[in-house]
Amino acid sequence: MSTTRRDFLKTTGALTLTFALPVRLKGAAAQAPEPAFQPSGMLRIDPDGAVTIWATRTEMGQGVRTSMAMAIAEELEADWSRVKILQASTAPRFGDLGVTGGSQTTLSTTLALRKVGAQAREMLLQAAADTWGVPKSECLARDGRIQHLPTKRSLPYGDLVARAGKLTPPAEPPLKAPKDFRVLGKDARRLDGPDIVAGRAQFTTDLHLPGMLVASIERCPVFGGKVKSFDASATLKVPGVKQVLEVPSGVAVFAEDTWAAFTGREALKVQWDEGPTAKLDNASIRKQYEERLKTPGKVVRQVGDAALALPKAAKRIKATYDAPFLAHATMEPMVAVADVKPGRCMIWAPTQAPGMALPAVEQITGLKADQIEIQVMLAGGGFGRRAMADFIADAVACSKAVGAPVKVQWTRPDDFQHDGYRPATLHELEAGLDAQSRPVAWRHRFVGPSIAASNHFPWPPEATELAGAADLAYDIPNLHVEWGQSDTPVPIWFWRAVPASFNPFVTECFLDELAHAAGKDPLAFRLAHLPKAPLKLGQHEFDPARYRAVLELAAAKAGWRTRKLPKGWGHGIAAHAYLDCGTYVAQVAEVEAKADGGIRVHRVVCAVDCGLVLNPGNVKAQMEGGIAFGLSAALYDEITLKDGRVTADSFSDHPILLLPSMPKVEVHIVPSELPPGGVGEPGLPPLAPAVANAVFAATGKRLRSLPLLPPKLRKA
Amino acid sequence: MAEYTLSINGQSHTVEASPDMPLLWVLRDRLKLTGTKFGCGQGLCGACTVHLGGEPVRSCVTPVSDVGAKRITTIEGLDLHGAHPLQRAWIEVDVAQCGYCQTGQIMTAAALLAKHPKPTDRDIDQAMGENVCRCGTYLRIREAIHRAAGQRKEVAP
Repeated sequence: MSTTRRDFLKTTGALTLTFALPVRLKGAAAQAPEPAFQPSGMLRIDPDGAVTIWATRTEMGQGVRTSMAMAIAEELEADWSRVKILQASTAPRFGDLGVTGGSQTTLSTTLALRKVGAQAREMLLQAAADTWGVPKSECLARDGRIQHLPTKRSLPYGDLVARAGKLTPPAEPPLKAPKDFRVLGKDARRLDGPDIVAGRAQFTTDLHLPGMLVASIERCPVFGGKVKSFDASATLKVPGVKQVLEVPSGVAVFAEDTWAAFTGREALKVQWDEGPTAKLDNASIRKQYEERLKTPGKVVRQVGDAALALPKAAKRIKATYDAPFLAHATMEPMVAVADVKPGRCMIWAPTQAPGMALPAVEQITGLKADQIEIQVMLAGGGFGRRAMADFIADAVACSKAVGAPVKVQWTRPDDFQHDGYRPATLHELEAGLDAQSRPVAWRHRFVGPSIAASNHFPWPPEATELAGAADLAYDIPNLHVEWGQSDTPVPIWFWRAVPASFNPFVTECFLDELAHAAGKDPLAFRLAHLPKAPLKLGQHEFDPARYRAVLELAAAKAGWRTRKLPKGWGHGIAAHAYLDCGTYVAQVAEVEAKADGGIRVHRVVCAVDCGLVLNPGNVKAQMEGGIAFGLSAALYDEITLKDGRVTADSFSDHPILLLPSMPKVEVHIVPSELPPGGVGEPGLPPLAPAVANAVFAATGKRLRSLPLLPPKLRKA
Repeated sequence: MAEYTLSINGQSHTVEASPDMPLLWVLRDRLKLTGTKFGCGQGLCGACTVHLGGEPVRSCVTPVSDVGAKRITTIEGLDLHGAHPLQRAWIEVDVAQCGYCQTGQIMTAAALLAKHPKPTDRDIDQAMGENVCRCGTYLRIREAIHRAAGQRKEVAP
């Protein structure tokens, strides 16, 4: 991922601490019983000792509610069993909610969260010292109580809230040394686990407001198409249907309940102006990419002179790789609830980027940002999709149109066919080995659309497309990487790991090809050609020692070259340094290639260095999740287009990895005290190349096109 | 529209609904039992799984008119205190990520354990093999089922 995107996330994600005392709560947040101690907009301690923390990033399964609470509770010396987590809204007391994406939460917020906890702890210590008339230095905070060490007296935090609330928060409270951590670094179960398993966890789709209508929107199946006319006569006869109106994204059926809205929508007759993209299909996009590949792109990494070095190489290899468009397919289809009133708009949405939705809401309602509040809701999966504003705009436009609270519920086909897709790309590579089988030149030209450009982000167009390609980890004296912009009418957006979902497949597989061409073991070849010292790649420092360590750890635990595998099986290895979020991951896949071309991944051994580990259990869970998500994409997933529309409309024609195909996963964490890095995305990038490299090890056949479908292996 | 009297989690509920209205929407929109989730509306993902007469069914493709007098159990009624062995195991193994599919997973697993109190991995593959979890919590689902069945001592996902 680009440094630009990271800077954007950092800038918009700056954690603003507010210290208004006392705070009068507004909006969706609960009223605090007086006199609660509220040293920050996101932390409250009640007189009964209950600690409430508001997560200022979106929980979508990656565990941020728990890890953010852990960072505060650590410094607060809270009793973890009394910590409750709620989700912040865009109300000013919570500050900027930023963007939950790019695996940035941990890296960008942990220090500030610890400070919130430390400030509160220092104030409670002072309050206890004042109560007893003793020096603060004789007091200790531990497990939700302040102890006076010389006299062994103690007071629970709840008894101190009134006095603590009158103090001024210290500007620079002391932070604990990692060796003294009692919460961070230990396994903590998800705080919302009990609600989830009881069916009590509230998602947006579960909201029922008084007077609320449910709307379902018929959209043009062709990207960019418009409503020409519609006939709602049959729809309006469906019991429960209230109104049918044209809205910006299509024709909305408003009803008393979801089923009436869906049924009414089926009875709707819409004539579309399909517009200029009605002939778009995969073949036409492929042709466009192939043409673009013939012309130079923008040079995004250059070392030495590959053009000069290649002809002199003792051995040259060339390859073409490709990766398809992909859908996010979150389990909870897109949904949002809006209540637009004169002078006020309230929104409930599982959004990863409430701030990015605000301009659209302002435009639709004519309201100003301070008249709009978005309550962020628990998200039933995100993977980048929920940073889009489209589903929020739908609800706001619908509520405004009917003057009532409206829930716009997307169907599964809506969700598949109107996504912002992971861009499809086409790659051409050539590399050369010298007489000693050392890599001397690497040329990589790839083409695809730009997420930045197509969504009008104020960044260079290549910013969103380069990770895993321009930051190639290996020390090759002549290196030339070029990216050529080739936009299409297909809407594209951030998808788990963004370009690191496809570039490492290409580069880690081609590197494997090079190793085999050199007659070397793929692991040994990788280790032999790492830079000797840290170097700057883009705006980040790449540390080859960390990269080497995860490769060696994964290989050792997997039994690389030592474990005997059955015939038709193979080991493949791949690594990726997710420099944007400071996390290094290597994986070894143990794969069986079947006679029918089917690929069965039996085991994945994963080594991760994410710096200081906040919650080891969650690191493991996120690696497992990234591997499952990556394996689904490696083996099955692709979005195909015909006649300007997405062909898939449900799980039947777009299979997702299921339980019987889930490999055994072993996660090994490298201990570290470096700044804590993200884990939501970094587990994904090495998976596809590790699997394809394992297929080569098993069969001698090189697969260069995702997904790795059986016919491709049969024909290889 | 017609009137249906349904036995849900041991209680009798009378609802007015069109005969083709799926049980899912009766539960969610009419009775506000929202623990049962809408995932696909086509019986493909299992997020909407409930028990009908003890059998797991996809409530999104089960018309309310087909229910009759059969007992319906939803996640809210699986255990009065949310402490069914599977729910406890799910918490202990920390299965959930986003959590959206998990009530359907648990209801499917509960039907499995009712038939096979000591399920093999193959039993689990068969029973759970069509419940989609996009977060990829499958290893922990398998582990939690074994744990609830008393087949595991340690948490070892």
